[in-house]
Amino acid sequence: MKKAFPILGVLTAVLLIYALYMALVWAPTEKTMGNVQRIFYYHVPSAWTAFILFFVNFVASVLYLIKRKPAADIVALVSAEVGVVFCTVVLVTGPIWARPVWGIWWTWDMRLTSTLVLWLIYVSYLFLRRFSSSGQTPTLAAALAVLGALCVPFVYFSIWFFRTQHPQPVMGGGGSIDPRMLHVLLINWLAFSCFAFLVCWSRYRLEKLQRDVDHAHALASLLDPRGSGR
Amino acid sequence: MSGNGYLFAAYAVTWIIHIAYLGTIVRRYSRLQREIEELKKPGVKS
Repeated sequence: MKKAFPILGVLTAVLLIYALYMALVWAPTEKTMGNVQRIFYYHVPSAWTAFILFFVNFVASVLYLIKRKPAADIVALVSAEVGVVFCTVVLVTGPIWARPVWGIWWTWDMRLTSTLVLWLIYVSYLFLRRFSSSGQTPTLAAALAVLGALCVPFVYFSIWFFRTQHPQPVMGGGGSIDPRMLHVLLINWLAFSCFAFLVCWSRYRLEKLQRDVDHAHALASLLDPRGSGR
Repeated sequence: MSGNGYLFAAYAVTWIIHIAYLGTIVRRYSRLQREIEELKKPGVKS
């Protein structure tokens, strides 16, 4: 497993560079928006990756509530953290695209607002994990994650339920996309998914190590209450 | 700002966010390594 990480790291780096080349050079220029449309190759894959990570967080949280396994709790924490990073990318790149295309940075459209609410829910989840020292924190966080996950389909389908300014979805939305653009989009999604997986893996190892160290500190405090504990 | 400027800004900010997050992981890992070294010092039982 230790050898797999650097190999996957190099492969992911190559894939990300290739995806960047495809997005900036190979993909055709859109007729009305021009080069600004290429923001879509980072914005949409980041959104899909964030949704998948929030789904992983949901599954891990349900598993934790049922089986109380620490590994499920770690997976839930890690996927929420990395999901928030990708959701932040979505919330930042969206307005950068909207300014030249819509003429405004932000509008309180249902898709945009629900994405912001989703981000706030998972930031609250991370704040709860970070600042609560109660033994019940993983359980409370898991319950919050289950409720937060309900927001994900709402964000995704808000385009169908409400009249919004946001463009229709690439797949399943009834619109059409140039096959070359779809190809570049899927390559970028694959690259960002591999990147997210590697980041989650390293963050999982870090969290597990942190818990082992905390456990060792607790043991040291028990053995030598005056000197060795934190 | 031109269309290319917005495109550059979006791509740059994406990587700034990811690199900043990776930086926090590296910093936390370094702090943890120091804690492990402290625990390994003689006289600290674990």
